[in-house]
Amino acid sequence: MSTSGFVQDKEKLPGWNRPPHIEPDGEGELLEVAMGPHHPSTHGVFRMDVALDGERVIRLKPVFGYLHRNHEKIAEGSSYLASMPFTDRLDYMCPMTNNWAYALAVEKLTGQEVPERAQYLRVIVGELTRVVNHASAVGFLIQEMGASGTPLMYAFKEREKILDLFEELTGARMMVNYMRFGGCRVDATAAWLDGVRKVLAGLPKFTDEFERLLTGNEILMARTQGVGILRPELAVNAGVTGPMLRASGVNYDIRKVDGYGIYNRFKFRVPLGEHWDVYDRFMIRLLEMRESFSIIEQALKDIPAGPVMDPKAKLRGFRPKPGEAYGRIEAPKGELGFYLISDGGPNPYRYRIRPPSLINLTVLEDMCLGANVADVVLIFGSVDIVLGEVDR
Amino acid sequence: MKTVEEIKAAIEAAVSGAGVEVIPNPSVSGQQSLRISPFHAVAVATFLRDDGDLSLDFLSNASGVDWLDKEISEKVKVTRTVTKTVEGVEQQVEETVEETQKRVVPGCLEVVYHLFSIAKGHGPVVIRMKTVNRSDQVGLPSLTPIWRSAEFQEREIFDLFGVVFSGHPDLRRLLMWDEFKDHPMRRDYVEPDDFEYEPTAHDEVLKRAQEHRAKLAADQGVAKA
Repeated sequence: MSTSGFVQDKEKLPGWNRPPHIEPDGEGELLEVAMGPHHPSTHGVFRMDVALDGERVIRLKPVFGYLHRNHEKIAEGSSYLASMPFTDRLDYMCPMTNNWAYALAVEKLTGQEVPERAQYLRVIVGELTRVVNHASAVGFLIQEMGASGTPLMYAFKEREKILDLFEELTGARMMVNYMRFGGCRVDATAAWLDGVRKVLAGLPKFTDEFERLLTGNEILMARTQGVGILRPELAVNAGVTGPMLRASGVNYDIRKVDGYGIYNRFKFRVPLGEHWDVYDRFMIRLLEMRESFSIIEQALKDIPAGPVMDPKAKLRGFRPKPGEAYGRIEAPKGELGFYLISDGGPNPYRYRIRPPSLINLTVLEDMCLGANVADVVLIFGSVDIVLGEVDR
Repeated sequence: MKTVEEIKAAIEAAVSGAGVEVIPNPSVSGQQSLRISPFHAVAVATFLRDDGDLSLDFLSNASGVDWLDKEISEKVKVTRTVTKTVEGVEQQVEETVEETQKRVVPGCLEVVYHLFSIAKGHGPVVIRMKTVNRSDQVGLPSLTPIWRSAEFQEREIFDLFGVVFSGHPDLRRLLMWDEFKDHPMRRDYVEPDDFEYEPTAHDEVLKRAQEHRAKLAADQGVAKA
């Protein structure tokens, strides 16, 4: 494998990237099951129409749209700034990174500079968000294997501490509405930064505990290892991003590739999977949490004093010059991008979100075919989606 | 990474007859795009993916854009020969007048693809295609056979904008339900008249409620008669 972890295979036949056709074994009848939209494992309102031959999945079609509210259309009818609080509601587990992606796209469109302190604050809250998301994702995995409650509550205990920090900083636990074009809405106090240090000091213990639970648990290994394998060439072709792509062994982290914000100043490693299965996807999330701790630590050490908003930034009467821009970040779930077209007016002419959750689901059928129906729940959980972002 | 002009030259060298047009981007983002013709789209896309220098193996974002018919009024200098009477003698004189001319630029639906390379770590390269018009000729070739990540995104564009992708393996509505008729992301989309009673209607809602009641009354009058 090359350094990028991905070798292009040009001799592929047409249709190589389609889900394979699986023949039923001919005994008995097929059973069609609608998993969802109110199945407890679907993380919201999502439906999978599954055709089963005994326990074996031979067809799986995802059905979307139960939470569709046409966010893009609403954003085209409101000003640029008015969409900022609405981005919180996309992936409601990670509102900070949603804010960041949108702010980054608008800053690309207008050439707006962001002050140093705001950049550092963005990194701190962004990485805290990643910890929240990955901890919950791992907690949900264990929940979905039948360990009801306890492990998930361990994860939510840590999430709670971080959400308290967000509340102290922004006034809201989840719907934070924190970032602006050209900085952040409010400055962090010294006491808040101390609070982050205190929470951060307790986090490695939590990951150690969780990792012991994951790595050593026999049931967990039996359920996840070798299940839901995603080949790297298919992952790249299907636009899979984030921890899922890296679990398939492809070294692609937008924090490293684009170095947006100030990420090129920090030292961190990109963990990669070797077996491309569900187990790898969750180990990657645990390892990424540890890297996030290190990034937050470095950011807390270096954070300078200064303004958190560019004084030249314009909030009222904001009209970008005509043109277009695509801005993207490494959100906890994958590449979150915003594509904006301005016609010079106060509202965007086109406002498009590239939702990582939706595009990562493209390969759901490929991973589930031939697996047992009980594994579908685990494979689906390992994709880690939030329906607010899938359906928009 | 190559500039858009170099990519344009590379495409035209590899795919004969592929008319590639560079679309400037006046914004500071500097992300210029290449408009490719739908007839050569699959060949061009295959080249972009498989070319050793570009190897754009990752289609990140596919987005629909609706451009309405636009009336442009521009000032044009028109020179014409006029017959004038100068000092009692009729003469043919050339006269230049500034006139405001109006012309209509026909609207279209456009699909924009943002491509990146994971192998090389560069991007974005932006390619776009447009349909002939917005009503009956809205077909475009699908790029899903080349990049699987377009599968759901093209379904979404078909659903919300009404672009029909030929060669898509499973072209169904994605977010709206199958029986839904219109395409909500079009700029001229009108919400259906399914107004529900609101006890304290005011402003726009009140206006809508009154219109709705008037329409209802008219319909019932027709039904009775």
